[in-house]
Amino acid sequence: MLDPEKKNFLDSISKKIRKKCIEVANLKNPNATHLGGALSSVDILVMLYYEIMKYDVSKPEWEFRDRFFLSKGHSILGYYSILSDLGYFSDEELYSYGQNLTRLPGHPVRNKNMGIEFTNGSLGMGLAVAIGHSIAAKRRDLNYHTYVLMGDGECNEGSVWEGAMAAPHFKLNNLTAIIDNNGLQQTGTNSEILKVDDFVKRFESFGWVAVEVDGHNHEELHKVLLVNESDKPRIVIAKTVKGKGFSFTEGNNAWHHGVMTKDLYNLALEELKQK
Amino acid sequence: MVEITNKSIKNWSIVGPRPTLGLVLFEIAKSLENLMVVTADVSTSAGLDRYRKTFPEKFVDTGISEQNMIGIAAGLADNGYKVVTTTFAPFQTLRCLDQIKVDLAYSEIGVTMVGLASGLIQGPLGNTHCCIEDIGVLRSIPNIVILSPADGLGIAKSVIASLQTDKPVYIRLTGGANHPIVYQNDVDYTIGKFIQLLEGDGISIIATGTIVYNALKAAELLKQKGITVSVYDAHTIKPLDEEVVKKCAETDRLIVTVEEHNVFGGLGSCVSECIVKHKNATTHLALGVDDVFLHPGDYNFMLKQAGLLPEQIAESILIANSTL
Repeated sequence: MLDPEKKNFLDSISKKIRKKCIEVANLKNPNATHLGGALSSVDILVMLYYEIMKYDVSKPEWEFRDRFFLSKGHSILGYYSILSDLGYFSDEELYSYGQNLTRLPGHPVRNKNMGIEFTNGSLGMGLAVAIGHSIAAKRRDLNYHTYVLMGDGECNEGSVWEGAMAAPHFKLNNLTAIIDNNGLQQTGTNSEILKVDDFVKRFESFGWVAVEVDGHNHEELHKVLLVNESDKPRIVIAKTVKGKGFSFTEGNNAWHHGVMTKDLYNLALEELKQK
Repeated sequence: MVEITNKSIKNWSIVGPRPTLGLVLFEIAKSLENLMVVTADVSTSAGLDRYRKTFPEKFVDTGISEQNMIGIAAGLADNGYKVVTTTFAPFQTLRCLDQIKVDLAYSEIGVTMVGLASGLIQGPLGNTHCCIEDIGVLRSIPNIVILSPADGLGIAKSVIASLQTDKPVYIRLTGGANHPIVYQNDVDYTIGKFIQLLEGDGISIIATGTIVYNALKAAELLKQKGITVSVYDAHTIKPLDEEVVKKCAETDRLIVTVEEHNVFGGLGSCVSECIVKHKNATTHLALGVDDVFLHPGDYNFMLKQAGLLPEQIAESILIANSTL
């Protein structure tokens, strides 16, 4: 059970991270950023990094650290903002996002010192890498847990389902996959583009423990992410809102990859103040 | 790591490349604590049955899912395992190319990938199972090493060398059982350094894979006609041994490349690009599959269509030489 004080703390972190996301997006003006999917995943990432996962920023390659893989690699604004907030790198470096020679391009590149476990950007790849880490933990009897965050549109990729078959086969109860199920992908809704509904049923039929939660509710996320007592891998279908946090981005698929103008940035800051 | 004797060299030749891979990995597993072999339901085809039973803790079968295999291999290697993946060459390369690029090359993760039965040996099964594209697609990806052994000893040497680098390595196995031996005895082997097998005058053959033996036989035929040629074993395609190619470009009137691969993108392309860089006056004859899907058939029939039998190689060189 998440105590109210902790819940308030996590909610305040989410607010801070959303502010960082729009600051970085604003700095990229007039270029577009993948803001929508980043905002939908912020609360999930905050729960993982500020409550669930064990790691040591001063020892980024600590053998027993929990692993996190951002498989929907385009949603990096929240991910980078959190790593920066935790001290893996400075705010100054965060704001170098997308600049020439930056170590923080539009999709993450493996850099353990910066807390970035793996390279991503081509969809459908994170689950397999996470499975590799989970098998390694089992074979070496290391007590770390592996988390991977995927998009719902990403599940169009056949490679996701190769991984979906493999994880139960190897009895990877040290693996948790999370789907940021905001219902939208680049050019439309999931239903319009390629129907991927009934995630719970689909993954259960593959041999996973599957649960659906409100992906913006820290209490619900905490409850399902805390422990896995099953011998099966676990998947959390996090129902989210693309662009969560701002009136003009919520549910607006133009923000899959959109431009944060100065006026919109100021509006976003105003809205944050009122929350 | 692997004992190299005349007996083992003979045995590797008799059993052919795939069982040789299994035998070599079996020997390595005895002493390499962190070895992990990952296959996509091909343990029998790769000669790994005994390995799988003896070292189950050093073996993962991902089922017929090559994209998943590369991702899992990357995750294992990221945790300190020396990982060897293997399946048939088209599936080890083309089917999971994006994973090879992102999970291994771009991520700087060292995994050894072994492409089984590459080239034309799978002719009876058709062009889905032949592989004349693997070098071409892989060499366009930065950070990857490509090895192409000429016989059983070459396989042992390349597998051992691959496990000593931190880069992703692709080992391309060509040929079949009872393949002739190129190296009767142990040999110095360094990734990126061709091995000169014959010294000639004015013509050099640079060959790769088990077709090196046919290049040697072609050289014998040419000798009977009074033409002596140098023969090099290009056991490493990438990084290319530019020093040797440069030397050939400066001293020879004709450079011939011989490969069981499309002439587009393979060894011939590598050598040609290098010749142009150093000196563009040397004639280059690129022998291989001439950018076509060949008619399915037995290995000899496939090689014949590609003009890769010893007498065909010799004849092509004679014609090229006569027009210089």
